[in-house]
Amino acid sequence: MTQTAPPRPTLLHNARLIDPETGHDGPGAVLIEGGTIAACLPGPLPEGEFGGAERVDCRGACLAPGIVDIGVKVGEPGERHKESFRSAGLAAAAGGVTTMVTRADTRPAIDTPEVLSFALRRAAEVSPVRIAPMAALTKGREGREMTEIGFLRDAGAVAFSDGDQVVADTKVLSRALSYARSLGALVMGHVQEPVLSRGAAATSGKFSSLYGIPAVSPMAERMGLERDLALVEMTRAAYHVDQITTRAALPALLRAREAGLDVTAGISIHHLTLNEFDIAGYRTFFKVKPPLRAEEDRAAMVEALAAGHIDVIGSMHTPQDEESKRLPFEAAASGAVGLETLLPASLRLYHAGHIGLPRLFAALSLNPARRLGLEGGRLSQGAPADLVLFDPDAPYVLDRETLQSKSKNTPFDGQRMQGRVLGTFVNGIRVFSR
Amino acid sequence: MTFRHKHLLGIEPLHPEEIGTVLDLADRYAEMNRRENKHGDALAGMTQVNMFFENSTRTQSSFELAGKRLGADVMSMSMQTSSVKKGETLIDTAVTLNAMHPDLLVVRHPHSGAVDLLSEKVNCAVLNAGDGRHEHPTQALLDALTIRRAKGRLHRLNIAICGDIAHSRVARSNILLLHKMENRVRLVGPPTLMPAGVADWGVEIYHDMREGLADCDVVMMLRLQRERMDGGFIPSEREYFHRFGLDAEKLGYARPDAIVMHPGPMNRGVEIDGLIADDLTRSVIREQVEMGVAVRMAAMDLLARNLRAGRAAAPVLA
Repeated sequence: MTQTAPPRPTLLHNARLIDPETGHDGPGAVLIEGGTIAACLPGPLPEGEFGGAERVDCRGACLAPGIVDIGVKVGEPGERHKESFRSAGLAAAAGGVTTMVTRADTRPAIDTPEVLSFALRRAAEVSPVRIAPMAALTKGREGREMTEIGFLRDAGAVAFSDGDQVVADTKVLSRALSYARSLGALVMGHVQEPVLSRGAAATSGKFSSLYGIPAVSPMAERMGLERDLALVEMTRAAYHVDQITTRAALPALLRAREAGLDVTAGISIHHLTLNEFDIAGYRTFFKVKPPLRAEEDRAAMVEALAAGHIDVIGSMHTPQDEESKRLPFEAAASGAVGLETLLPASLRLYHAGHIGLPRLFAALSLNPARRLGLEGGRLSQGAPADLVLFDPDAPYVLDRETLQSKSKNTPFDGQRMQGRVLGTFVNGIRVFSR
Repeated sequence: MTFRHKHLLGIEPLHPEEIGTVLDLADRYAEMNRRENKHGDALAGMTQVNMFFENSTRTQSSFELAGKRLGADVMSMSMQTSSVKKGETLIDTAVTLNAMHPDLLVVRHPHSGAVDLLSEKVNCAVLNAGDGRHEHPTQALLDALTIRRAKGRLHRLNIAICGDIAHSRVARSNILLLHKMENRVRLVGPPTLMPAGVADWGVEIYHDMREGLADCDVVMMLRLQRERMDGGFIPSEREYFHRFGLDAEKLGYARPDAIVMHPGPMNRGVEIDGLIADDLTRSVIREQVEMGVAVRMAAMDLLARNLRAGRAAAPVLA
């Protein structure tokens, strides 16, 4: 659905341009032609030019590169009742996400080029936004044998990850990392000490103890990270931490960077905007993996993001049906949908004065695209015309029933949000407008 | 007299005055239970259903007896063998039961928060008979009543809770209640059996029984589950008994009139010496069982009153 070329050049003018590459946040316009950005024009528009272009007045709304969301779970194959490529694609378009970097933790796992091609074919048929698929690092995500990393890469896999399933066998992981390194493939890790975190549904501390919820120390994240970084130092592989969420783990990340290792890190928007107290009343929509952290950790992560230590913000979109959430907390499924709330929730950080919009869009669009070797995420000439137009201030109360996702498990239901997507462009085509 | 709740899900939402209300009424029922005619009519015409998703003999029979003495029709379901095994979810089970119009639902479940969840889906009064490691409110109330009767008051006491705090809902409910009533609570046990973040609970923590029991008015022992005895949390049963088991020598550090409590069932020779458990000058363990019935009668009576008042205020068709 992303192939059709637009009929004639389009000029998006009277916009507030947010350019994460140059740091520009101010008036400007963007000229789209043939699915790519023909010109990015900060400042006042020269009189009388671009006469042949169709003009779209942005009325001062923000125009930024479309979001590249790393870690989206689509239920195909296997759990289409939770989310299909169609519903996920519509949700993404409504949320300003122009590329969904999909996870491999499907049923069956995306661990062969055949399953990967199936997913890509389905996506091409029904999704209005782009798909950049990840593939499993080990067969069946079982942590025993590596997948056909070479074939999968040829078939289009942009990164390799077993999702939240930690490869517990260090030998298997070290071999997979060195094999991936020889192909220049990016490996994404979920950092948790698997034994310590077994059965945990919350972060350990006064709160989870009083609630009687099995919990894990935040130290388990540091242990997982330290192990993986030691292996990265050994193998020199390219490595991305899917979510870093604790103060305890940060120093290891900074050390690895200083040592020149090819390491980047992401975080889910939930860990930047919610904390462990949100699970009060055993609210299972707030059960995510890793569990929500202490407020001190959340604040430290926001700081690390603003300082550029954390590169990527993602939604970790994880659709779950009502049945798997309407259970006692420890028995309920983990995960939250996030494609449509990623931008408005991220804008909380902007409104609170923690981060400017260009920097925010570096984390949402530019950095993830760069890390995966994708062309999007930029406003520069020649980049694909994947754009999001949004009003950063529009207030509303989120009603989960209005979400495009098949699953409605959002932690932001009934919450006040500020910032709304007005339009989404993929390959120069407007795929969403409000 | 005040007791404002629709359900009894935990000690946490109770006001100290409400705790007093339950205990005062339970005192009266305790007297009634010693008479030959033990019948009241507070629950006459009502249906009480006990749903135990976890094995229990004591608590279940205590609730059963309490309901019967107050004139309710009592049905006990062992959920271990029922439709739960066939894959029915907790909520479906609750909705099914709700259709039978019970008035009181007594629930025990292995998952923390499960009883709260269930209470949202039914329109009867729900009593938590223990959920995971979260709360066990009637146990804390019966312990409180036992203490109040033995010591003559329920405030400004030094109370040591000893043993497996980490996995104990009894400990949590007791700590909450004893704090509300302005007592000093100490927790005594090996660090492996202490919950994370316990330092922030406003309790004193001891890893030595002699220090922990010094000058205590009440010594509350907790049961150590069999499956925690081998190597995982403690090195061995015998080392545990040596260091943390309550015997005459360790009890000697407490006040001379200190009472000994245990929620049962006891592991004699593991957490408590049989001689202490049977010493009627110190042990109030049997009285705890007796007060259990009285407290459950009081709790169900109060909830039934609120239920009736609620129905009178908003009559339901059907």
